[in-house]
Amino acid sequence: MNEPTHRRQGRVVTDQNAHEISRVEELSYELKVFDVMSQDMTIVQPDTKITEVLQLLRKRRISGMPVVVDHKMIGLISLEDVVHALSDKNIDAAVKTYMTTEVMTVNDYDSVVRALESFTRSGYGRLPVMDKAGQLVGMLTKGDITRGILNSLQKDYQEEEIRRYRASHLFEDIDSDRTTLVLRYRIRAGDFNQGGQASSSIKRALKRLGANPQIARRCGIAIYEAEMNLIIHTNDGGIIKVEVEAHRIKMQAIDTGPGIADVHKALQAGYSTASHKVRELGFGAGMGLVNIKRCVDDFDIESNPGMGTRLIMKIYLPHNNKTEDTA
Amino acid sequence: MKLKEIIDLIGGQVLTSEVSLERNIKGGFGADLMSDVLASVQEGAVLLTGLCNPQVVRTAQMADIQAIIFVRAKMPPTETITLANQEDIPLICSLYGMFELCGRLYQAGLESLEVPVSDSENCSCE
Repeated sequence: MNEPTHRRQGRVVTDQNAHEISRVEELSYELKVFDVMSQDMTIVQPDTKITEVLQLLRKRRISGMPVVVDHKMIGLISLEDVVHALSDKNIDAAVKTYMTTEVMTVNDYDSVVRALESFTRSGYGRLPVMDKAGQLVGMLTKGDITRGILNSLQKDYQEEEIRRYRASHLFEDIDSDRTTLVLRYRIRAGDFNQGGQASSSIKRALKRLGANPQIARRCGIAIYEAEMNLIIHTNDGGIIKVEVEAHRIKMQAIDTGPGIADVHKALQAGYSTASHKVRELGFGAGMGLVNIKRCVDDFDIESNPGMGTRLIMKIYLPHNNKTEDTA
Repeated sequence: MKLKEIIDLIGGQVLTSEVSLERNIKGGFGADLMSDVLASVQEGAVLLTGLCNPQVVRTAQMADIQAIIFVRAKMPPTETITLANQEDIPLICSLYGMFELCGRLYQAGLESLEVPVSDSENCSCE
């Protein structure tokens, strides 16, 4: 049995649904019994007659209820107890004669997963919920748990929908003559391990803003090459600045040196000044600037030896790009 | 081709534990130079490479690569695996070399997703 599946509560969890399962599992740890229990409960006194209990159970469509004296629970009367009384032909007896006094309870501050364990262990269908002071505050059924988890999932989903909608409609929703969203990232020289982090964030942001996958990919590749250039070639790193507007994305990589001696040469495919170490990383093949140029619509480079370099890349967005292909 | 079929074909070992293998691979691409990858891979590819640093994962992410196969049993460092788990890119290790791997996958019907040189050179650079 070396299958990569796990059996959980009678259900086979495969790789495909593992993602959804994990959110439910997460929720069963996050949600407390208090969040899902029913506070609106039917209670009876110890002197209530069994016939009345039977009617209450039928009317409320429940299978049991707590027996309470002065806010203290002293037992639980269930359908089973009522059947017991019926078979004794003792339907006018008081609840206290037939109720179950050894009652399993759950705490309102327990996680839902703990409560589920209690249900499995006891085999009961409903459990009374107690607060820290030992007072009865509600009842919990498995149905309450399912409903609670579904509600939370729906809330998560709606929040995500709203976030997505807000991001992708940013430019339509804000009224101005010209709206620009500016993202800035500080890139450290020689920081190979973090290399690509800024590009990764930028690509994600663009997708979130509703850019189509092809545009996000072109921006990602161009900015990644530019980011690696800052890491590989500069003295003190640099800044990546991305300005997003409804009609275009402008990306700049700015550094303070050393500057490029011969810009024309640097733009030739295969020309590289990179060190052996950089080449071992898979870069420095002299394709960086060439790649960038290929990915963007407008490309400009200003550089002075001893002063620094400013790389300006622009991608123009097709009209209405913001709303199409957001998947 | 399904990624799982590819893993079977190459006797691959999956290195990422938190990433789903349920994905479709449109074609393949082999390179050790990340600039080559960025220059000429089309989206939806599996990347065969001998390079193991985290930049491989970043490159894959930028170029919309679906999975990475390390050739000749090369084991990437933990930073690479951690990043791949985080960015949802499966890492697979195979004992075969680059040539053998490309051959096996090509023979099994996986097409090349490498943009021909003439197309990729076709840019506005004078």
